[in-house]
Amino acid sequence: MRLAKLVGKVLVVVLLGGFLGATLVRFAPGFGIDEEELDIRLSDQSIRALRQMDAPKSNVVVFYLSYLRKMIGGDLGTSRTLERPVSRLLAERFPETLKSVGSGLALGWILGLSLAVAVVQSRAWYLNWLASFVVGVLLCLPAAVLALLFVVERVPARLLLSLVVFPKVFRYAQNLLERCAALPHVITARAKGLGNVRVMLWHILPPALPQLAALVGVSVSLAFAASIPMEALCDLPGIGQLAWKAALGRDVELLVNLTMIVALVTLLANSAGDLAGGVFQAGAP
Amino acid sequence: MKPARLIAIAILVLISAGCLLANLLAPAPYAHQFRDLTDAAPSHQHLLGTDDLGRDRFSRLLYGTRVSLLLAPAAALLASLLAGLIGGTAGFLGGRVERAVMAGTDLFLSLPWLFLLITVRALLPLNVSPVVSVMVTFALLGCLGWAGAARVICAGARSFSQSDFVLLARASGSSGFRLLWRHFLPNLKPVLFAQFWISVPVFILAEANLGILGLGVAEPLPSWGSMLRELESLSSLSAQPWQFAPLIVFVVVVTSFHLVLTRQELPA
Repeated sequence: MRLAKLVGKVLVVVLLGGFLGATLVRFAPGFGIDEEELDIRLSDQSIRALRQMDAPKSNVVVFYLSYLRKMIGGDLGTSRTLERPVSRLLAERFPETLKSVGSGLALGWILGLSLAVAVVQSRAWYLNWLASFVVGVLLCLPAAVLALLFVVERVPARLLLSLVVFPKVFRYAQNLLERCAALPHVITARAKGLGNVRVMLWHILPPALPQLAALVGVSVSLAFAASIPMEALCDLPGIGQLAWKAALGRDVELLVNLTMIVALVTLLANSAGDLAGGVFQAGAP
Repeated sequence: MKPARLIAIAILVLISAGCLLANLLAPAPYAHQFRDLTDAAPSHQHLLGTDDLGRDRFSRLLYGTRVSLLLAPAAALLASLLAGLIGGTAGFLGGRVERAVMAGTDLFLSLPWLFLLITVRALLPLNVSPVVSVMVTFALLGCLGWAGAARVICAGARSFSQSDFVLLARASGSSGFRLLWRHFLPNLKPVLFAQFWISVPVFILAEANLGILGLGVAEPLPSWGSMLRELESLSSLSAQPWQFAPLIVFVVVVTSFHLVLTRQELPA
């Protein structure tokens, strides 16, 4: 039931988002202008006939339905600036971004979570202060500045996404674990003489897991957003770079498709996080 | 008040005053080119040296800080007002209206922020005058940044609608608008204020990202985004350390906003 609800929600959001995107494309400057109209050999009548051929497209709903029909058939249109099918561009570039986002998320989560566990476990003021300082500085740096610094110092660009994800994960996880560490059953467990590792693994982490799972979707969205400056400035051929090029070339059709696909991935990650949270909650004592 | 917050407020006041007095403090207009002194090192005449077009970096930093520090709060104000209107009305009316509005907000939140921002920015003209580009950039940030705040405000308004004082007001015959104006809005003020403070550093960071990608404020008008873009020309981090002045000011200001914010968040 819960799964069906989530699938329904994703479907509705994608359809509505698609309609929003189609409306943006329909009202984008230059929509419906055919370069054939610039041919000076064509008479006014021919130009009118050309425009009449495109007339059905001017209705947003008709345009959206034809857009959906084509999308189901795997045709996402053609990029105006790169003059290539959008589906092919996505097939070429999406794996690159997925690789960056995947490794960035994995490293960011490992760093953030392990540092949060270390700070909560040790309760050492200097570690807390140092971690807060590093996280505070990272939170104040735009992803694009980090990308520029990475280029200057020739640091592998893929590490950047982990530096974007890490501070958010750390801050959230630290607050959550500190709250869980103050729960009465944890105090009782400590009083009974249980070891630190056992208290953390059996009594602090389990109640925190459902809320940590909810952060997965947010971190995916964050990593995809940071992939734009990273790929644009570090010259990585992913969809972030594609989005940047499309924005500079005002290729709205390509941009809308990219936004929709990233929104779909984010939604799926959010839904997976919700489901995982539900499972953890059900399994909690 | 904690000393860190006091220091943060003092820094913000000092930097704001400095950039508001840019006309008096800047040694040269931000677009003036010293063509014999391109890429110059710091000197008495040019405290932070000059850029590759020979423009005084200190003057550009003052004017750029003014642009970002004046317009990011303006964008945050717009976003907070929109969030207050949408979230407050949804929470006040409740029921189906609230569910419909929150579903719309969810849809908006599921679209990735930076992707959406550059998509809408691409719909608008890129080759416009610098002043128009500033307005477009920050208006866009304000118009697209309301969704998260609307959720918080809606939750706040919903909790008020179930509170005793609203029940008493209803029982004493308060009408819908009076209830909204006299009882909801004054109580929502701390939440709105907190959302405003949260939005300011977010918009400053977003403008910097857009500016570095060439989609923000147009040259020659300086902003933090366009000034940070200069880091692209560095060959190494130690080559021209004075080029990091805008980055340092940027980090100090955003950190100060975060430190002030914590206190403002408390009443919410």
